[in-house]
Amino acid sequence: MTLADAFFYLFAALTVVSAVMVILARNPVHAVLWLILAFFNAAGLFVLLGAEFLAMILVVVYVGAVAVLFLFVVMMLDVDFAALRAGFVRNAPMGVTVGAIVLAELVMVLGFRFTGVLPTGPRAAPLTPGISNTEMIGRILYTPPYVFYFQAAGLILLVAMIGAIVLTLRHKPGVRRQDIAQQHARTPATAIEVVKVGSGGYTIPETDGAKAKKEPA
Amino acid sequence: MTVTLSHYLVLSAILLTIGVFGIFLNRKNVIIILMSIELMLLAVNINFVAFSSYLGDLVGQLFALFVLTVAAGEAAIGLAIVVVYFRNRGTIAVEDVNMMKG
Repeated sequence: MTLADAFFYLFAALTVVSAVMVILARNPVHAVLWLILAFFNAAGLFVLLGAEFLAMILVVVYVGAVAVLFLFVVMMLDVDFAALRAGFVRNAPMGVTVGAIVLAELVMVLGFRFTGVLPTGPRAAPLTPGISNTEMIGRILYTPPYVFYFQAAGLILLVAMIGAIVLTLRHKPGVRRQDIAQQHARTPATAIEVVKVGSGGYTIPETDGAKAKKEPA
Repeated sequence: MTVTLSHYLVLSAILLTIGVFGIFLNRKNVIIILMSIELMLLAVNINFVAFSSYLGDLVGQLFALFVLTVAAGEAAIGLAIVVVYFRNRGTIAVEDVNMMKG
């Protein structure tokens, strides 16, 4: 067993353990932290597989953005998570049944159909020795036909961003905010009032609420 | 025992099963369900990258990149919906999501 194999077993065991803790943790904040650990170990597996770029993306995007977003939402919402855990044990047999069926099916596929002999023949994008994983991905991702998928992915992210903003944005009534169109529409006629004040008198300009009190001179 | 493709496939199968199990176990908590979905997508990604590495074909890694993109968008939209729902109803229990009489 080489060092790489030892690291595979380390990362794999930690990934599975932290994934189990994600679904079993009582505190959802802890669940998010276990999810972060699972992502870190999966990134380690990616490095072992020679996919360094994806490993870094996993750490940056998942740990840095998605998991922290989960953390924000869990901490922001004042939810009684204990009440949500009611029925945890009641649902367990059903979950075990379905999980066992899924796992059995997957293992059967692996055991009966997958012989371990990989097909030979031309590859769509063969690995080029001598250049880094990131450069290889760049060379393929930014050239047709994959550049179109790349742009579609960017579009998906844009739609998701706008959708999330539109969903969560709310304008509270009573909050003063800048209305640029209204500012541009101001003219001297609407903004200035010229009043004649006799000597010794004073005047209070008319406001929206109260009528001005005018003291005669 | 030297690590082969099958090891990665078994790991990915276990992770996917944990994700399915998590959805059934935490049927009331939307946030944990979303995290379980993330786990399942991670399992899919491990599958893609393992095949890409053992086949010597980079397209698997590209596809994993797109899966990551879609997963990030899905998490953002899902959490936004959870936040809006919590504002309107004060709860995020899945069984209370019945305003549309579904």
